[in-house]
Amino acid sequence: MPPADRKVPVFSFDGVSVSFGETTVLRDLDLQIPGWGITVVVGPSGSGKSTLVRLCDRLIDPTSGVIRFRGTDLRSLDVLEVRRKIGLVFQRPAVFSGSTGDNLSISGCTDPARHREVLAAVGLDGEELLLREAAALSGGEAQRMCLARTLLVGPEVLVTDEPTASLDHRSARILEGLAKDAARSGTPVLWVTHDIAQMRRLADHCVVLAEGRVIATGSPQQVLDSPDPAVQAVLHIEDHDDQAASWPDPDSPAADQD
Amino acid sequence: MNSAVGILGLAASALLVAAAVALSAWAGLGLGRSLVGASLRALIQLLALGLILGAIIAPGRSLAWSWAWVMVMIGFAGWTVHRRVPEVRGLGVLSALAFATAALATLGVLFGFGVFPVNGQTIVPLAGLMIGNSMTATVLVSRRVVAELRDKAPEIEARLALGQPSKAASAPYLREALRTALIPQIETTRAVGIIFLPGAMVGLLLAGVDPMDAVQVQIVVMYLVLGSVAMTTSIVGLGLMRRLFTPEHQLVHLPRKNDT
Repeated sequence: MPPADRKVPVFSFDGVSVSFGETTVLRDLDLQIPGWGITVVVGPSGSGKSTLVRLCDRLIDPTSGVIRFRGTDLRSLDVLEVRRKIGLVFQRPAVFSGSTGDNLSISGCTDPARHREVLAAVGLDGEELLLREAAALSGGEAQRMCLARTLLVGPEVLVTDEPTASLDHRSARILEGLAKDAARSGTPVLWVTHDIAQMRRLADHCVVLAEGRVIATGSPQQVLDSPDPAVQAVLHIEDHDDQAASWPDPDSPAADQD
Repeated sequence: MNSAVGILGLAASALLVAAAVALSAWAGLGLGRSLVGASLRALIQLLALGLILGAIIAPGRSLAWSWAWVMVMIGFAGWTVHRRVPEVRGLGVLSALAFATAALATLGVLFGFGVFPVNGQTIVPLAGLMIGNSMTATVLVSRRVVAELRDKAPEIEARLALGQPSKAASAPYLREALRTALIPQIETTRAVGIIFLPGAMVGLLLAGVDPMDAVQVQIVVMYLVLGSVAMTTSIVGLGLMRRLFTPEHQLVHLPRKNDT
């Protein structure tokens, strides 16, 4: 990616609000996601994190306001083309019936050699996995397979919605490493989480959401040192929750159940 | 009443309802009121229908009355589909259009090839059979499509996020819903004559028609139903996809039935 692209925000939110009926999920959001590195969005449940992700991929449109992708209004771009440029990884891996190869082919790429290549890139053994039933993959393997499927489309940016929330500790660390690799190779990453420790490990830039509003932005240190009691409340609550959480059995298919 | 059954016959058959009520009371099922209510309602509805049909299809009456009755049936069937699947806006109109299209096609074939003469006695019952069966299948396919798209929303959105158009992203789920709606009809067609005698044939046999003549009528009726069910469910299934996705390939949020 040319260095000039780094200066253009990958996403800009300008006065964005989202309401579902009577409920307002995001309120007048003004936010820029830098065109490089990993931007981590943290916030408690119901703060609007997933809505933010869905907006980026145009799975929903804002009730008001404008979202720009690299400076261009998202709505003026071809939606299918935009979605191929924005690689989305969901919280729960979407595994379809059939083999891992069948699942990867949903990306539009049916070349087994390319499948093996991209599986290797996410740390999976393609030779062994391609013919295996995708339903038999462990939670961590399934999520990495989903990332591989997303990478097959050739995205310019990665957007992830709590991709490690239902994974064991080891699988979560592998996925974090892959996000770092992507960012290092020039693909900006928008990583949504409620895990403050993960924010510390990953973030080049941080955004703190609460009740549908941005309450802090900056480097991890700036956010952690924020004197704002509302920010400290979010960071404290989420950090406490993370420490209290226990990890499920690694590599068990049941490990990805909430 | 000039029918072969007559009032005495009707009264005698009501004894069977009384037996069912007695059984319900004996077993403590608490269904007595429902059994009596449903039986009385059916009696009143069918007697009213008999009177109306008698007026509509009377010899010498203009065929316009029969076609008008068909339109009423189509409108009522569309309204019923809307009522059963209220989550999808405009489904009643879509279904009514599908029933009208299927009626034109199927009755067009039957009357166009002279299988039956065009008169009130053929138009109304044939359209009724076709619309009634199509309505049941349409409700089934609509409920199934709505359930599939609601339950499989994460899977569908994962496909959309990979850049698939909504048509491709929803195709496996629509296919499954159409199969679910059509398989009972295919099974019924396959089992006819071996496991059960269908209503139209039973009616003709009771009326003293030659069995081979009754069979021929029944075959035509079954093919009519099969064709119209396939046609209406396909039209409604494809139309549903246009209503459940935006032009921007976004899945429309589907409220639960209780939320509407």
